[in-house]
Amino acid sequence: MNLSMIRYIAGWILSFEAAFLSLPCLIALLYREKEGIAFVAVLLVCLAIGLLLVWKKPKNTVFFAKEGFVSAALCWIIMSIFGALPFVLCGDIPSFTDALFETISGFTTTGASVLKDVESLSRCSMFWRCFTHWIGGMGVIVFLMTVLPLTGGSWIHLLRAESPGPSVGKLVPRMRHTAGILYLIYLCMTIIEIVLLLFGGVNWFDAVTISFGTAGTGGFSILNSGFVTYSSYVKIVVAVFMMLFGVNFNVYFLMLNRKFVQALRCEELRYYLMIIGISTLIITLNILSICGSFGKALEEAFFQVSSIITTTGFASADFNLWPQTSKTILVLLMFIGACAGSTGGGIKVSRLVILIKTIRKELASIIHPRSVKKIKMEGKPVEHEVLRSTNVFMITYVILFAFSVLLISFNGFDLTTNFTAVAATLNNIGPGLELVGPTGNFGFFSSFSKYVLMFDMLAGRLELFPMLLFFSPSTWMQSGFVRKKRFPLCKR
Amino acid sequence: MNIIVIGCGKVGAALTQQLANENHDVTVIDVDGETIEDVSSENDVRGVVGNGASYLVQQEAGIQEADLMIAVTHSDELNLLCCLIAKKAGNCPTIARVRSPIYNSEIDFIKEGLGLAMVINPEYAAAVEMSRILRRRSAIEISPFAKGKVEMQKFRILEGSLLCGMALSDISAKLHCDVLVCTVERGDEVVIPDGSFVLQAHDRVSFVASPHNAAAFFRKIGIENAAVKSCMIIGGGTVAYYLASLLLAAGVKVKIIDQSKERCEELSVLLPKAVVVCGDATDQRLLIEEGMAYMDAFVAATGLDEENILLSLLAQTKSNAKTITKVTRINYDHVIESLELDSTINPKEITAQSIIRYVRAMQNSVGGNMESLYRIIEGRAEAMEFHITEPSELTSAPLCKLSLRKNILIGCISRGGKVVFPRGQDQIRVGDTIVVVSGIIGLNDVREILRR
Repeated sequence: MNLSMIRYIAGWILSFEAAFLSLPCLIALLYREKEGIAFVAVLLVCLAIGLLLVWKKPKNTVFFAKEGFVSAALCWIIMSIFGALPFVLCGDIPSFTDALFETISGFTTTGASVLKDVESLSRCSMFWRCFTHWIGGMGVIVFLMTVLPLTGGSWIHLLRAESPGPSVGKLVPRMRHTAGILYLIYLCMTIIEIVLLLFGGVNWFDAVTISFGTAGTGGFSILNSGFVTYSSYVKIVVAVFMMLFGVNFNVYFLMLNRKFVQALRCEELRYYLMIIGISTLIITLNILSICGSFGKALEEAFFQVSSIITTTGFASADFNLWPQTSKTILVLLMFIGACAGSTGGGIKVSRLVILIKTIRKELASIIHPRSVKKIKMEGKPVEHEVLRSTNVFMITYVILFAFSVLLISFNGFDLTTNFTAVAATLNNIGPGLELVGPTGNFGFFSSFSKYVLMFDMLAGRLELFPMLLFFSPSTWMQSGFVRKKRFPLCKR
Repeated sequence: MNIIVIGCGKVGAALTQQLANENHDVTVIDVDGETIEDVSSENDVRGVVGNGASYLVQQEAGIQEADLMIAVTHSDELNLLCCLIAKKAGNCPTIARVRSPIYNSEIDFIKEGLGLAMVINPEYAAAVEMSRILRRRSAIEISPFAKGKVEMQKFRILEGSLLCGMALSDISAKLHCDVLVCTVERGDEVVIPDGSFVLQAHDRVSFVASPHNAAAFFRKIGIENAAVKSCMIIGGGTVAYYLASLLLAAGVKVKIIDQSKERCEELSVLLPKAVVVCGDATDQRLLIEEGMAYMDAFVAATGLDEENILLSLLAQTKSNAKTITKVTRINYDHVIESLELDSTINPKEITAQSIIRYVRAMQNSVGGNMESLYRIIEGRAEAMEFHITEPSELTSAPLCKLSLRKNILIGCISRGGKVVFPRGQDQIRVGDTIVVVSGIIGLNDVREILRR
């Protein structure tokens, strides 16, 4: 394990966090809030530690997959810890566990809150809370790639560890340009949403924070009541943008290159839109009696489906009170998640499609034992390696899920609460059902349960393996071994 | 530059790595997904899985925006087809690897007819390199500059040589020779030395000089450096065939040993002047019987690296012959280096090198064009030839007033057919050709040698 390289990356991440922290400081200045002092203090600490860590460039720049995974996990943990400090220092969220939960929930774009009264937060805290969504949505390591002139090859491992989806490809030959393009698309779409919200009569602070929440598919609401009080226009804009941010960004890149046909031919996109369409239709019919008019029902259903499948977790209505069928569909959507290569979480549509195709292939091979069939996705045969990792991902996911439900069941809440709490955190959604429903929060869980859920959130955002690798002893045991032995051929 | 490499074998991979390290935007195409996976996770390049000769695959790789397409798959025909399609799809310059001797004889027609920018034949290039080295008995490597008026030669200092313990500044004073030492390799290190540098036994020294001066230099330090007159080639492959025909044309006696009866018969038809022996070259008796001890040169060019290395080591102990070893695997440079073989030639490395040379020249920057490029040590030191076409900072002042970057040396200036070894008061003029020896890899522009 190349520890000095991991140290170097962690240093840069901290320096970037310091840069990001300057925005809430500006907000504090704008609203003349004394809470800003806490943000300035943490900014300086981050900057000092960050610069200290990047002071010495590592000599050995060899970088393999394991270093990529471990540094991704480490960066996210460090980032969350430092991101939580301002909340504690300024007194908005006095308990460190709660502040950490809130920050991890922010960075991982979960949007699960422990706060009862969100509106009592200071403006700068509120801004930082939503801004973490935006940073975490596209990923801070991707940002690192755009800014740092990282030469050499193996950096793709870092990108892979952070980017969602079964297989990560580049848009253009250079990783730096790829990361740059992704961030540019991300930024432009966010700005368009802000402008559209401003047209809808939302004040600029709300427009910016809501857009951050949508872009990262996060879901921290800035009002206690969520989206209930906003106008239909705002709800529709947000719902459409949630859906757009859940689309694979490769599609947008293709559109930018005027390859519209190719973009619309994307198999994952079509399934994604199909799932949204069907779910919306069923829920609309199901909640018709509650909402009264068809238009109102369609609006509510579309907003909620879009919010849940992209793992955003904004709530325009208390779906806890909806009929069982609607609730069940929403819970199922939680697991499906958004497209690979988007800012959303969950299992991902493409994985699901691959898995279903595997089942079909298995059935076919029982009927015709000698038949040979290769699974295809996006018109291309899926490599065995991708299939294998998808299957392993699924199994790991189920085991982690079951184990987490078991661990938090010691709190003694009902099964629906526990089940949906884990589903909502592992899939980075936010609200679940019953006690953790849209009107509830996660504050009542014990500290232990909160830490379990925090782990779930990070694991869900980084697609399980970086976190598991980080906490597995063999990763670290091997590091000493490798360091002693040294590869003479890798020196250069 | 935006470059597409089709085919990810050894050459493709080496090329990809080198191009990516030199900050080009590289996209690789290969039919094998695993190979693509490996290459694109080791280097910062994009991979596309598919048949490189397919129009759609080339489009996916972005042929329209490409500045260059290089086809180095295993098949000649596929390479040519790739180039043809790329030419139509993206209208970019194309380079193809074509290795079959049949095509080689009509290569100019193919190049012209298909509109290729460059055709590279690894075996032929290796044979040319070998025959060049065989022109001087003691040089491990010879690279021509300024159309052959200057040569960079590399040799190894033997135990007890006159040069052991001599400082570089003393060479011209004591030996009255006009040579300039450019790099010294000692163990793992590569040094671009100054005058106070003291030479030791086992150093590998590269110097530039005119062929005449180099010959005088070798005579003074007591090293025989005449051209070889007889040569034994082990293995009758394509490289051996090319080499034998080149050597025979230069009047060298050639003896080829190969195991296969059929191949021997083929060779005897193709090369009537050569002595073709059918037999197992690993049998020492056969080698001695065929007079290995009296040969001037010994070339091990079988298909197996291990066998080649062993044969050369054997030849070095049993005779005074200069040995050349053909090595195919790329990653064992430093291991082979430690064996103190005379010269090793890697056809794949030569291929990669000539393509890189072309790419660098394509970038064709202001102030001077790169004419040629030689790697002294893979990835550590290079020698480049620039033609100065325009006035720049470089031509503005005498050399002593210019502040060159560290690890840069101007080896020689050739001006109007005359070669000057630069002194401080010399000034570079427009129209000159200069040879730059550099420890900085990836220079494209002659002005990059100046400190900014």
